[in-house]
Amino acid sequence: MASEANTDRIHGVLGEFEHAGGLLRAARGVHEAGYKIFDAHSPFAIHGMDKAMGLGQSVLGYFVFGGAALGCYLGYFMQYWMGEVDYPINISGKPFFAIEPSIPIIFELTILFAVLTAVFGMFVLNKLPTPYNPLFYSKRFARVTDDGFFLHIESRDARFDKEASAALLRDLGAVNVEIIEDLGSREELESDGG
Amino acid sequence: MSTEQGKAELAVDTPYSGDGYVEEPLVHGNLSFHDVTRLIAGHVEKKPPRAWYPVFFLALGALSIFGLMIGHLFWNGTGVWGNNSPVGWGFPIVNFVFWVGIGHAGTLISAILFLFRQRWRTGINRSAEAMTLFAVVCALSFPTIHVGRVWVIYWSLPIPNQMLMWPQFKSPLLWDVFAVSIYGLVSLLFWYVGLIPDWATMRDRAKTKVRQRVFGALALGWTGANRHWRHYERSYLILAALATPLVLSVHSVVSFDFAVSIVPGWHTTIFPPYFVAGAIFSGFAMVLTLMVLARSVYKLQNIITISHLEKMNIIILLTGSMVGFAYTTEFFIAWYSGVEYELFAFINRATGPYAWAYWTMFSCNVFAPQIFWFKKMRRSVPVMFTIAIFVNIGMWFERFVIVTTSLHRDYLPSSWDYFSPTWVDLLTLLGSFGLFFTLFLLFIRFVPMVAIAEVKGVMPQANPHFYDAESTQAVSTESPNAES
Repeated sequence: MASEANTDRIHGVLGEFEHAGGLLRAARGVHEAGYKIFDAHSPFAIHGMDKAMGLGQSVLGYFVFGGAALGCYLGYFMQYWMGEVDYPINISGKPFFAIEPSIPIIFELTILFAVLTAVFGMFVLNKLPTPYNPLFYSKRFARVTDDGFFLHIESRDARFDKEASAALLRDLGAVNVEIIEDLGSREELESDGG
Repeated sequence: MSTEQGKAELAVDTPYSGDGYVEEPLVHGNLSFHDVTRLIAGHVEKKPPRAWYPVFFLALGALSIFGLMIGHLFWNGTGVWGNNSPVGWGFPIVNFVFWVGIGHAGTLISAILFLFRQRWRTGINRSAEAMTLFAVVCALSFPTIHVGRVWVIYWSLPIPNQMLMWPQFKSPLLWDVFAVSIYGLVSLLFWYVGLIPDWATMRDRAKTKVRQRVFGALALGWTGANRHWRHYERSYLILAALATPLVLSVHSVVSFDFAVSIVPGWHTTIFPPYFVAGAIFSGFAMVLTLMVLARSVYKLQNIITISHLEKMNIIILLTGSMVGFAYTTEFFIAWYSGVEYELFAFINRATGPYAWAYWTMFSCNVFAPQIFWFKKMRRSVPVMFTIAIFVNIGMWFERFVIVTTSLHRDYLPSSWDYFSPTWVDLLTLLGSFGLFFTLFLLFIRFVPMVAIAEVKGVMPQANPHFYDAESTQAVSTESPNAES
């Protein structure tokens, strides 16, 4: 497969490593070699990997703060508008709107909106769902959710070179290196008549 | 790695070695990553153990009784229940509070223990979260059917209706609608986020087209990429940080249903913390009940180890004692307040016609768990199973005592009465267990019941520095597996 690779179709090179420590070292090496578009794939999150890959902290927290603020405001405004403006109704002479009895619902809506942002914000940042990924063509890559540790350098990277990048991964201790080709998703294949 | 071997290692029960305190490994039996995957994912892929079928059909039978009773109720109205003046809140509210309390353990385990870096939670958090979801489903069904005219239940939500009126936000019952339904939704999302890496594991192991499609869709294209893990871990941490105040607020809000009223026996400021402690207590007992059975039927003793169970027993002991402290404080405050109605409500609780229920509650919840002061008892599976059942019974009776004894003798002795449930009440309670167990059994049949990725993450081999010192040994632990 690799030998007859059509260069237009090359998605990247995939190196397999023996364990989490090997992958961490390799990620550091690839980062130090100046690569930008690469990723480490592992069955669980590895401590220190963000630093090794030169990644900062996730920005998700800021979005969540925005979501929480929106939920808080909505909880307040909804109760104010419904109780005080749209349909004021006198119940045992209590105020139409007061902050004290409104706190539980403001609180719950704050949490709800923050949680929705935390979950769907994570999906957006991770571009999930992504049903098609050329990596799925690799038979060995299926082990990534079991006990496989992989490092993938994408061909989109400016420094990418089929031979040199593969050699780098081998130097960093990869036990197996393969070229990943982007053969297209099943739907595309079928519409091409093959 | 055979399970027999794992069992043999379990028999050697000396986790604390040397002179100092050495933390016991969270996963026993020297399992490799692949062993963990196979052990957990395998149960979803093969036929369930023989014991699963009779239990499932039993649960399904109880669930059909639930359906029949609800149909009977809708057709005839709430008069089929024992609820009547002066006890207007009978079994439905008792059952609601009971189930929503049970639904607290999952989020406690997944969120609070996560924030406290209690890594042992990984063995049990998945099933505890699932149990939470199903308990919340059971809980929500009771107020829904309790309203009488269930076809206008949407009036309790801020949805425009034909009366052009809005819900009454000053009512604690409405706070409850928001708190419990949001809690259910948040628990579902938390659970699903935790499941994504495991769905991907199932997808990559799938042998049939249907499985590939279904698990593939659920996994959302997860590839274990570190750029994904980065946001994922952050998201999980934030979810835990948000779920923690949420879980504490939910049972506080449930307690407001009582505490905000002016009924003697309900109108106490101790209710929110007391309810939360009770909720955690009952939830852990239910998790323990289910886990003790599941780990032995599914041979997961190496992942849900006896030490996991011991830690849960310590929490049961702690929260049980907190609940006992609350019972006593209530009594003291009733006397100290000098309000004779308040004092009467409590003396009536302990010595009145429902004394049998009060003392059942007290012995099951306060006395029974004290046995866990002894380490041998904490680590004995039959003992903890018995105590967990006692706690489940005791916590149901706690809610029964709070609801019934406070209402059945009100200010006017001429309206005093003795509440008794009808057969519909009893069968509906039984039926809700059917709903709960049906959902739980479907869960252990079709969903990885232990968080595979998280368990791997707490194994020593997961630490990248594990390989620095003993790289040769590390390679041998990860023996190449002959099978697939």
